[in-house]
Amino acid sequence: MLLQQLLNGIVVGGVYALFAVGFNLVFGVQRLLNLAHGAVFMTGAFVAYYTVVNGGPLILGFLLAILASGALSMLIEIVCFRRLRKSGDAEFGAIISSMGASLVIMTIWQWISKTQVLRFPFDTMPVVIYRFWGLRVSLLQLVMMGCAILIVLVMGYFIYRTPFGRRVRAVTDNERASMLMGINPNRIYNLTYFISGALAGAAGVLVGLAFNNINFTMGEPYLLYGFVIIILGGLGSIPGALLASLIFGMLQTLTIAYLPSGLTTAFIFSVLFVILLVMPNGLMGREGAGSLGRRR
Amino acid sequence: MLEVSDLQVRYSGIQALRGVSLNVGAGEVVALIGPNGAGKSTLVNAVSGLVKPAAGRILMEGRDLAAMDPWAVSKSGVIQVPEGRQVFPQLNVLENLQLGETALQGRPPAGGLEDVYDLFPVLKERSAQLAGSLSGGQQQMLAIGRALMGAPRFLLLDEPSLGLAPVVIAQVFAALRKLKSRGMTILLIEQNVRLALDLADRAYILDQGKIVLSGTSQELAADASVVAHYLGVMSE
Ligand SMILES: Nc1ncnc2c1ncn2[C@@H]1O[C@H](COP(=O)(O)OP(=O)(O)OP(=O)(O)O)[C@@H](O)[C@H]1O
Ligand SMILES: [Mg+2]
Repeated sequence: MLLQQLLNGIVVGGVYALFAVGFNLVFGVQRLLNLAHGAVFMTGAFVAYYTVVNGGPLILGFLLAILASGALSMLIEIVCFRRLRKSGDAEFGAIISSMGASLVIMTIWQWISKTQVLRFPFDTMPVVIYRFWGLRVSLLQLVMMGCAILIVLVMGYFIYRTPFGRRVRAVTDNERASMLMGINPNRIYNLTYFISGALAGAAGVLVGLAFNNINFTMGEPYLLYGFVIIILGGLGSIPGALLASLIFGMLQTLTIAYLPSGLTTAFIFSVLFVILLVMPNGLMGREGAGSLGRRR
Repeated sequence: MLEVSDLQVRYSGIQALRGVSLNVGAGEVVALIGPNGAGKSTLVNAVSGLVKPAAGRILMEGRDLAAMDPWAVSKSGVIQVPEGRQVFPQLNVLENLQLGETALQGRPPAGGLEDVYDLFPVLKERSAQLAGSLSGGQQQMLAIGRALMGAPRFLLLDEPSLGLAPVVIAQVFAALRKLKSRGMTILLIEQNVRLALDLADRAYILDQGKIVLSGTSQELAADASVVAHYLGVMSE
């Protein structure tokens, strides 16, 4: 049933978008890859889980997860990136330091969860199925789609229509000139990392609910997907990350539904390969956006 | 108003400024002239807080700018128009100008958008266009306009004529002349001696990190051979 699979693909893509948009946002602003983004995502799932099993409502868990993941992401930038950036050549150093942060965070959750796979208690998210036009949509799927759309709209408004967003884009364009205009880039970094982490945390909760499987390695595949998506969409491009997330989510859902299981990954990556051959900067990337050279 | 004394700046290895002293009074236009690599940009960047001096002081009305962060310097009203314009290419013209208002922070705006559009009408026509798609001259006008949006009390201009065609240079300098007539305090970096001396009240000549000559514009213009000696092929 193709339509059903497309719908499922959009839901999956929406969750990828929450993960990848933040990943690409901070890449766009600082030209640094935050390899602890998967660990931030996982932290969201754990915080929501522990809130719920300690008697809190899911919505509280969701809010706490967003706050905790945002704060963690901000902390990662301050601890792992800020001093490196002062030294000048941060690109490679940042890969190592954020990988280190990722390992530390994973170890902490491994220790807290005693290396177990955790599951939300039954009925944390009521199982309700809606049917229309012959399609089945669960309440959870609707929530996932709703969150993705809402957050993306708010983000878009924030970045393209508010004075704060204007400053974010200015720092992205030219950090030095932005300082000459009276902008303190550190403030911009704090906020963008917070937003990036909060989005990842929201994705973590939704994925934890959807698969009902929370464990200390759950961030790793998403980090890989995140890479694929930001390269496909165009490094640093928010709309690109969004589009690529949807394409990737649909490809994944469709290949799993229609192709023999051994072929799915190979097929997905072949398609991506072809797209990149035709559009080397990604779907909406700018030329040279990913270059390691310092931009002026 | 601005008093720089015995300023020394080192980059890893090289000493770019070797004890530079200069001062600019309120309402004055002062030019800093010198060949490539003399240290002109280094000086304005030190004033703007982008590079930290190894020794010496930069006092603006008694406050030490060297101890301040670059964003705090511009919020205090000392605003730089950097070499090579450095507009924000992915923002449109209007957004670039609005961004210049960040430096206001509590200080009242000067002429605002109206005034900048008055000074550079082409910016009004292009207000919705991405800054990266403007010509070099338009970008220079935008860079100056952006700085004016922050109501500068002291304007630092780093080679506003760089790479521009003579007609465009004339337009830019006509606007600077207007700013001067309104009493704006300006430190102008130039390699084009005639342009600089035409506009400025006084000038300093910087060579290899040292001030080698200074005086009123008339004095220096009268002494063209000496100026030419320090500037080599740069003078006309
Ligand atoms: N970031 C830096 N790191 C190392 N050396 C630098 C740096 N910036 C400038 N220099 C060196 O310091 C000296 C002075 O440079 P500066 O840019 O101040 O000169 P300038 O007078 O502005 O020259 P131009 O007319 O080319 O703009 C030069 O020798 C330059 O190579
Ligand atoms: Mg220079």
